[in-house]
Amino acid sequence: MIAKDIVEAIEAKPLAIFNEHLLKKEYTCAFASDLMSDALALIQNSPESTVLITGLCNAQVLRTAEMLDVEMIIFVRNKVLSDEDLEIAKEMGFNIFSTRFTMFQTCGVLYGKGLKSIYE
Amino acid sequence: MNSVIHEKYTVAQDDFANAGKASSHIKEHLKEIGVDPQVLRRIAVACYESEINLIIHAYGGDINMDVFDDGSIQLVFKDKGPGIDDIEKAMTPGFSTASEKARSMGFGAGMGLPNIKRVSDEFDIQSSPEGTTITLLFRESK
Repeated sequence: MIAKDIVEAIEAKPLAIFNEHLLKKEYTCAFASDLMSDALALIQNSPESTVLITGLCNAQVLRTAEMLDVEMIIFVRNKVLSDEDLEIAKEMGFNIFSTRFTMFQTCGVLYGKGLKSIYE
Repeated sequence: MNSVIHEKYTVAQDDFANAGKASSHIKEHLKEIGVDPQVLRRIAVACYESEINLIIHAYGGDINMDVFDDGSIQLVFKDKGPGIDDIEKAMTPGFSTASEKARSMGFGAGMGLPNIKRVSDEFDIQSSPEGTTITLLFRESK
């Protein structure tokens, strides 16, 4: 799915767009968790094409994405980053979105639209 | 093997505000010198997990990074205690002694040490009440 279509499907709002050209990028899979250790252990293949979906909203999510080379993050349940954390996101060139959907609903909608699990 | 690049970072206990900064610097530096992206990701993941361990489990400690003349990269994490009671247990996926604070930051899943070992080419852990030292070596291909 193209980033723009992912965002539309879950009615997400941009919290920060620090890399405009990634909005046209194709993403093939997603990983959803509030445990960053799980993300670090399980996102192994094609992290550049993986969307991270989480209800955890802090700098450690950004650091985790940075270490993995994940470029697109979606926060569920209308969570927003602090100004300090947005500065970190800017340094990293991430695109970050927030949806009012729950994690379950976010995953369900995106899975239904063709986004895959990190391994199937 | 001779070290051609050496860097040292100090990490303080419970310093969640700066958690990951050392790993970020290390990743950036290794990217600049042209380390293969796949290897770089393995190093970044291991480094970040280990840095978090220094913050949430130890009384702080140091990270020493060396790039050797054969292209291999070594990371040594040395803390000031309190040591790991049962290393075998700590290496078991899912086992965790992390605090509520650490868990609220997204850690404490019990995946840290097993994951660090998995992504490293060589892994060594020594622990006593005086401190724990983890030595990791990475080569260009795994």
